[in-house]
Amino acid sequence: METILTIENLHKNYGKVHAVNNVSLSIQKGNVYGILGPNGSGKSTTLGIVLNVVNKTSGKYSWFGGALETHEALKKVGAIIERPNFYPYMTAQQNLQLVCKIKGTDYSKINEKLEIVGLLDRKDSKFRTFSLGMKQRLAIASALLNDPEILILDEPTNGLDPQGIRQIRDIIRTIASFGTTILLASHLLDEVEKVCSHVLVLRKGEILYSGTVDGMNSGKDFFEVQSENIIELRNALNLMPTVQKIEEYEGKLFVYGELQASEINKYLFEKNIFLTHLVRRKNTLEEQFLELTSNN
Amino acid sequence: MKRLLSIELQKIWQNRASRILTLTYFILLSSVALIASINFNFIGIDFRMADMGIFNFPFIWHFNTYMASILKFFLAVIIVSMMANEYSYGTLKQNLIDGLSKKEFISSKFITVILFALISTIYVFVMSLLLGYSFSSYTEAGIVFSDLEYLLAYFIKLTAFFSFCLFLGILIKRSAFAIGFLIIWFIIEKIIYGTIKYRLEIGDKIADQIAGFMPLEAMSNLIKEPITRFQAYKAIENQISGGNSVKDYSVHLFEIAIVIVWTVIFMLMSYKILKKRDL
Repeated sequence: METILTIENLHKNYGKVHAVNNVSLSIQKGNVYGILGPNGSGKSTTLGIVLNVVNKTSGKYSWFGGALETHEALKKVGAIIERPNFYPYMTAQQNLQLVCKIKGTDYSKINEKLEIVGLLDRKDSKFRTFSLGMKQRLAIASALLNDPEILILDEPTNGLDPQGIRQIRDIIRTIASFGTTILLASHLLDEVEKVCSHVLVLRKGEILYSGTVDGMNSGKDFFEVQSENIIELRNALNLMPTVQKIEEYEGKLFVYGELQASEINKYLFEKNIFLTHLVRRKNTLEEQFLELTSNN
Repeated sequence: MKRLLSIELQKIWQNRASRILTLTYFILLSSVALIASINFNFIGIDFRMADMGIFNFPFIWHFNTYMASILKFFLAVIIVSMMANEYSYGTLKQNLIDGLSKKEFISSKFITVILFALISTIYVFVMSLLLGYSFSSYTEAGIVFSDLEYLLAYFIKLTAFFSFCLFLGILIKRSAFAIGFLIIWFIIEKIIYGTIKYRLEIGDKIADQIAGFMPLEAMSNLIKEPITRFQAYKAIENQISGGNSVKDYSVHLFEIAIVIVWTVIFMLMSYKILKKRDL
């Protein structure tokens, strides 16, 4: 498979702060990657480095197998970062024309891309008159102008209203369905869960998990239980040999371990405890993520 | 190069404030010609500036380039803001992400600076030629096209000054502060000059020479003030004092070299800052 981007042992220090600590990543054509991490975990810094706007402290990265210089490679990349940056006094169309000049593509794609993001009827409006959602959609149109090999999105839905978030996600899903490689950085898990096939979890600049989204989910089943007397229930479950861990959350107990629903039910019944609630659950990415980022 | 220029000109020309400032600059530049129509009455005799010899070849080259360079502040504002805006809009970051290299970014600004200086020089050349042919007492080609080094000096002076502005824009990132710093820098140079001259007691000539190495001072030394060279003024001065003041008004190669070195320093430092800074 064709490798688009390789990152090896990347480090970035801001004074004493180690913003990116030994991050390695390889991006293959056709996959959708997510970089997950709480705010300040080094997502944007990592992207900033490969996008030529932040200087690395040490480590290596190469685009398209190292055949091109970074700025040449970036002409084949579409990227939007945190907030949309355009010239406020230019119209949407003029802004895109400028991007075409920089990337060395012709103007013919402008209308097509504005159509995809639903801004064709506003192409002659000045950028400063746009709402945040529209600005972000223009940024996506701009990133798509050169039919990029890879689309890099850094917190694309940050600060948008629910409708705007929905629009952006629909656009991302459409683009992903064309087979475009996407790298999506976000602190919103459902966003990553819904569109990504691979995920990299960062915390304080370090990799906590790197692999497929499914791989992150597997083997982490647990049970949600509830009864009239939660303390009694907890004590009883603590004595059960196969239970590894119990957490209390909103009046329910989460029970981890090599367990079957019938086992729990039978065991508690023998102890004269009757459950009002018993559900087998798979850990969602969000719970996985919180677990990963808080336990270490 | 054409690509870089077209990118930069689009950024400037589509900005209304820059467009208005550019137009204002060229309109004001033309107004040097209005001096021709200044009349004043002196002891019952009509004086017309144009007839007093300020538009005589080759003196006109000196006079017009000096007057025109006063107006360079209009373009300086555009240049400072074209750089500082890239920071405040976040478009510097976006340009780099879109695939412009840092070198190309600086080059596109510098090429534009040279273009501005060149257009301004050509404009002054054509305007002076027209004014000269209308009012000059001598119109022989040999005289008309002598002393053209003032135009070269004018071009180099503008390029250097705009490079300084560009550098300040990159260094300070805010237009208003950068322009403020430019003024402060001017004052600092004057203070240094004053200190050297009056505190060190090494003589005026050496003090002037040392001061000539400072950027703004070096730029202003390129084209010396032409007023005291003005014939009518001289005539009056001669009548009063009876002596002829000896002052060298010509453009020196040495001074041009200093200014070019400053231009190179400003551009290299701009590039270095851009390269080092995380955005």
